[in-house]
Amino acid sequence: MNVIEISELTKSFDGHKVLDRLNLNIEKGSTLVVIGRSGCGKSVLLKHIMGILRPDSGRIVIDGKNILDLDEKEFNKLRLKMGMVFQGGALFDSLTVGENVGFNLLEHTNIRGKELLERVEEALCLVDLCGIAHLMPSELSGGMRKRVALARAICAKPEIILYDEPTTGVDPITADSINELIKNLHDKLKVTSIVVTHDMKSAYKIADKIVMLYQGKIITQGTPEEIQNTDHPVVYQFINGLAQGPITEAIEQFK
Amino acid sequence: MIIQNFFFILGRRVISLMYFLGGLTDLTLKTFYFIFIPPFKSERLFTQAKKAGYESLPIVSLISFFIGVILALQTAYQMQRLGSEMYIASIVALSLVRELGPVVTALIVAGRVGAAITAEIGSMQVTEQIDALQTLAVNPIKYLVVPRLIALAVVLPILTLYADIIGIFGGYLICVYKLGISSQMYLNITFDALLFKDLFTGLVKTIFFGMIIALVACYKGFNVEGGAEGVGQATKEAVVSTFILIIACDCLFTALFYFIFP
Repeated sequence: MNVIEISELTKSFDGHKVLDRLNLNIEKGSTLVVIGRSGCGKSVLLKHIMGILRPDSGRIVIDGKNILDLDEKEFNKLRLKMGMVFQGGALFDSLTVGENVGFNLLEHTNIRGKELLERVEEALCLVDLCGIAHLMPSELSGGMRKRVALARAICAKPEIILYDEPTTGVDPITADSINELIKNLHDKLKVTSIVVTHDMKSAYKIADKIVMLYQGKIITQGTPEEIQNTDHPVVYQFINGLAQGPITEAIEQFK
Repeated sequence: MIIQNFFFILGRRVISLMYFLGGLTDLTLKTFYFIFIPPFKSERLFTQAKKAGYESLPIVSLISFFIGVILALQTAYQMQRLGSEMYIASIVALSLVRELGPVVTALIVAGRVGAAITAEIGSMQVTEQIDALQTLAVNPIKYLVVPRLIALAVVLPILTLYADIIGIFGGYLICVYKLGISSQMYLNITFDALLFKDLFTGLVKTIFFGMIIALVACYKGFNVEGGAEGVGQATKEAVVSTFILIIACDCLFTALFYFIFP
């Protein structure tokens, strides 16, 4: 069953088409990895699913509801079932780590006191950061911020989590523990995940399905094995990280 | 060519002014809508009121005291020639309560608090914290703008009243200890000169000044583009726009009150 269905999604910024009649379906409980070059519209896609950006045209159906027809109140109900991990963490720097992680519970539930602290600590321990709830985000390293952001997204136990480059800019060991965590959430809690990344190692490890975004469209989709053995020249150049190939030739021509 | 350029630049300025006024109106309407939408959380309001009000007390005290002193000395220069020093008290009181107290306090708060709001919200915008609020099902206007608007609209009249008192005290010191007017006479003339309408018109407009500061600062913060440079640019624009709007609004109110309470 598809939990998210995107059809004919188009979005332009200043006349430049970032998403061009994009179609994409995500099965419930699966992990979808979206790969593509920096600036190709991966984050824009996530922001559309979260309703931060509105498309020029197209449909986004989540849980059977077209989110473009929902008013803010109805959409916020839906958002409570979703979590998003931003690229730079996007932690609220006026609040402590604990208040950040428990933000969702503080704003939308009556959970307070000991239970709240337990939930926050539980989420922090899941990302290997037990006992730092009293720190301010400015006291954390880049990798820690990213993991706190992850803890904030999972604290309210969402059914869908969107990750914007979760392993970019962290050391390889942290990157792998983040991959493990995404896998665990998928295996144990049946969370639906959409991961935007250009880290191929991470993509192969966590994905049920990989899709590649190129020039505003999904140009290929398949399992990690299928992607690794692709004969599509664009995908081949990207996953093997080659400087010469159709992607860079297109840019040369454009110049 | 030069003429063409002139109209091109003029046109662009007018369009960006229209965008600004339209966006500001839109934000104002949304903010007033969200004031009445639950949940109502008072902690954020108190935090903002403390930042805008309590923490502005030292600078407001200092500046309004000096203004009271300056006003008394400048008036004395003129009044001594006419031999009517006793009117200094009423001139100091009236100009402070009707005009200088409200406007100077508003400008201080615009520079101190308004700039800080734009920089804070602008940085939040640049680091995707505003987007993060939305993903956590919290409306950024409800969360960020509403408490700041209410806090400033409540705090500014109180600060102004305080500035009036400190300013009059500054004038009192000059008149009593420098010009030899008796303490009793100074106070009598001050309270005789001040009518309720003077205080009322002085304080009512500061409610609007407070709202202007909060709304312009938040609007500029939300619309930051680019990184640190964008935040700096937006902060500068916020202070300049607020100053202009406060003075324009003051002019409007003064004209209005002139006809309502002749």
